[in-house]
Amino acid sequence: MDKIHGNAVQALSCVQSGHTLMVGGFGLIGAPLTLIDGLAEIDVTDLTVISNNLGEAGRGLGVLLRQGKIQKAIGSYFTSNREVGDYYQKGEIELQLLPQGTLSESMRAGGAGIGGYYTKTGVGTELAKGKEEREIDGVKYVFEPAIRANIALIKAHKADTLGNLIYYKTARNFNPLMATAADVVIAEVDEIVEQGELSPEEIVTPHLFVDKIIKAKKILTKAGVVSCE
Amino acid sequence: MSEKNDIQELIAKRAASELKGPCIVNLGIGIPTLVAKYIDDKNIHLHTENGLLGVADVEEEHIDPNRVNAGKLPVGETIGASFFNSAESFAMIRGGHIDVAILGVLQVDQTGVIANWAVPGKNIMGVGGAMDLLVGAKKVIVTTTHTTKDGTSKLLKKCTFPVTSTRSADMIITEMAVFKVVNRKLQLIELMPGVTIEEVRKKTEAEFIEQRIDNNENSFAGYIRS
Repeated sequence: MDKIHGNAVQALSCVQSGHTLMVGGFGLIGAPLTLIDGLAEIDVTDLTVISNNLGEAGRGLGVLLRQGKIQKAIGSYFTSNREVGDYYQKGEIELQLLPQGTLSESMRAGGAGIGGYYTKTGVGTELAKGKEEREIDGVKYVFEPAIRANIALIKAHKADTLGNLIYYKTARNFNPLMATAADVVIAEVDEIVEQGELSPEEIVTPHLFVDKIIKAKKILTKAGVVSCE
Repeated sequence: MSEKNDIQELIAKRAASELKGPCIVNLGIGIPTLVAKYIDDKNIHLHTENGLLGVADVEEEHIDPNRVNAGKLPVGETIGASFFNSAESFAMIRGGHIDVAILGVLQVDQTGVIANWAVPGKNIMGVGGAMDLLVGAKKVIVTTTHTTKDGTSKLLKKCTFPVTSTRSADMIITEMAVFKVVNRKLQLIELMPGVTIEEVRKKTEAEFIEQRIDNNENSFAGYIRS
């Protein structure tokens, strides 16, 4: 089975309007910039995007925001793209804010067949309003449901031809979690190597989680986001 | 250097003096980030919630855009550093494996409860790791300017912004004074150089206990440091 696709648009053929998408990255760091470019090209709307941020103004997921393709965003820190607030004030986007640890743990649960879990985080705050509270051994917790997506778009450093993935420095962030929590997982990577070239000890995401692979054509460098072939 | 920078550096340096290795420390965005440069102890390991234990300074030529801290600023890595995913990083935080968190705030009240993630009516829609750090870190140190830009106290009787947690911070460090939070009460334990107790009283809305052990009216050097 060949998981390797020639370009982003081809790999994204499974994305439909109304889908829920997980998109990796902490801001632009570890974000699948080539796949996001591909999403900007295809005709899909009313997307729910689960990602820590919505990129930056006009960069990364910020491009899709300007295109009006995002109906709802679930994340922990929208402040890094100031335009999100403007769209929100105008009622053009729905936002769900989760603590960063809750966002990541909900993905982990979603990928592991867990329906939800209780966390101490957020108890007694506005973010816990309406959530079930439960006391366990004298400590208060709130219930958080697991989250899953139709499609996950992730960024890894290297893939082998089977789909095993390794990551690079803090570009790892949410990517390995999202790889477990979606029906279809598309990985954008800096380099594709032959099966056997990655040590079994270093593989972070085993290949069973990965459905499609593309090679990155846009990467984050010291000078900013640049195109590469 | 501007006066604002001087104030931030003063607060950061004072916060660094609270850290004694061996310990794991998480530094928040803003003034807390500056604390790193005043740490000179190989047994103090810095954690950043985006997935790195072993944060180090980085020189210009070694900057890697894919190696950043929680403020998305480039950082270095120590020998013995490790990278991990966000769920593992927050398991470290929530699970009680972080000894000290140093955080910035918008407001802190006289019980030590902080607000640092939202301003009603404004487009601040980020919480990041703040709520997790408050419930998980063994000790929370707040670093903040004593007043807002227009001179009103950031140390209030009660927070008017949404709170980050019901848990109190353990210590508050400003450019004017250092407070300890004991049994949900603020105790003034130290005045910063050149600051008088009258000035602190004037610029602090929150009630606090003056825990003086010194007889000299003008010197608070004898405040209990613990």
